[in-house]
Amino acid sequence: MSKTPVQFRVNGQDRAVFAEDAENLLECLRRGVGDMSPKYGCGQGTCGACTVLIDGEPHLSCLTLAQGCGGRSIETTGGLADGPNLHPLQAAFMEHFAAQCGFCTTGMLMAAKALLDKNPNPTRDDVVEAIAGNICRCTGYEPIINAILEAASRGSNSVVGGAV
Amino acid sequence: MAKHRGKGMASINYPIGMNLGGDPSQALVHSNPDGKFTVALSSIDLGQGMKQVTRQICAETLGVPVADVYVDTADSDTGPHCMGSFASRGTHRVGNAVIAAAKEARGVMMEAAAEELEVNPEDLETDGEGNIHVRGAPQRSITVSDVAVAAQFRQGKTISGRGIFLIPLSEVDPETGEMTPVSCFAHACLVAEVEVDDETGEVDVVEMNSAYELGRALNPKMVEQQLVGGAWMGMSHALWETTEPYYPDRDHGPEDFNQYLMPGPGDVVPHNIAVLERPAPDGPFGGKGPGEMCANPVLPAVVNAVFNAIGVRIDDLPITPEKVLRGRRAQGGARPGPQH
Ligand code: FES
Ligand code: FES
Repeated sequence: MSKTPVQFRVNGQDRAVFAEDAENLLECLRRGVGDMSPKYGCGQGTCGACTVLIDGEPHLSCLTLAQGCGGRSIETTGGLADGPNLHPLQAAFMEHFAAQCGFCTTGMLMAAKALLDKNPNPTRDDVVEAIAGNICRCTGYEPIINAILEAASRGSNSVVGGAV
Repeated sequence: MAKHRGKGMASINYPIGMNLGGDPSQALVHSNPDGKFTVALSSIDLGQGMKQVTRQICAETLGVPVADVYVDTADSDTGPHCMGSFASRGTHRVGNAVIAAAKEARGVMMEAAAEELEVNPEDLETDGEGNIHVRGAPQRSITVSDVAVAAQFRQGKTISGRGIFLIPLSEVDPETGEMTPVSCFAHACLVAEVEVDDETGEVDVVEMNSAYELGRALNPKMVEQQLVGGAWMGMSHALWETTEPYYPDRDHGPEDFNQYLMPGPGDVVPHNIAVLERPAPDGPFGGKGPGEMCANPVLPAVVNAVFNAIGVRIDDLPITPEKVLRGRRAQGGARPGPQH
């Protein structure tokens, strides 16, 4: 197996890693960068647990080749909080009890962030559409939808760390 | 082509835990020298709130702030034994074990405090904010953390306690087969309203209304969270999910989430929930817990609602469009009135 050097930004920091052959971005972030916040749910692009933002767009990191991410700016849930201060989306998720087991949560947060970064005043339908590719087993979605709407109403369109 | 509306209801008595072999769980509680407490459990929190609820139960029993209690469920190899997180038993069984352990630890804590204050332990009380004082004389007081330090470094005491909850095994009567496998029941009633499309066979749940009786709601927001999420899962089982669509034939079984269907965020329906609290005499602070019951009544209620809507009695889940259309064809398409 050969390894390829890749440089990208993760949550505003320059990172250089060796990507394994055909390694996907999810594996590369977790193994190479040590950012465990994106989760491996299905590895097939059907659950959304691995959602990260690449240059502001939501992507399924399990289906994204790490080698193709050279020079891109990646945002993960690991970069959402500012020290002890939670991102407004994180705070709203907590207040609305929008996580139970929490496995879908980081993917939901990133899908929601991508939405609010572009559309700070989404309708309920906009929110539903933004998270339609993210599966949650526990919450019944309602608390998640409400949390995202609440974060939007508080003005959560703050970009933390990632955008260059 | 028409859409038919129907309502169906279901009510359940739901057993909390299952007493086949006593259904025991253990808990261990100990203080650290800084006056914080650790509860060791092997009971797994998979999102249902086990850690939060046992933390509250321990803090309340000890008489210390919730913030001063940490629940450690890290390792079921080395932790105290637990039967597991199933059968809706967590709050009830594990909660009772935690009470027993916290009571024993509280006894040692009060003895250690009494030795420091030179009074009788019986004359002491906790204020729930991290202090222990003489009843009626709050100025004669010591902090829990000072007690923990004294116990550790001066008195040589471990402020700790052991707890187990075990229901005596119920023998089976050889004549009648009668036994008492369950000592505690929760209850629920749920009404589902559906819309059935008689051309496509699709069933949509449009509203749910429910009432749950689950003892005291030890954490009302988490109870609500369980009931909302669980009802969604019930709806999913009723209409979408199956690993063997042509049971027992495995052919055409789903292999990923593109084929194993579940409702998404766009399929959420209004669900009005009433929680009735009737504290259980044998529950920890009266709690029983929502558990699996939050999903179960949805399935029969949706089946009944489909019957009410189009007169087709489905006895095989999930209620797929194919089954609805076959059922309609079998009965000639006639629809009984809503009284059926
Ligand atoms: S892990 Fe990437 S979509 Fe499921
Ligand atoms: S909180 Fe468990 S999957 Fe969403």
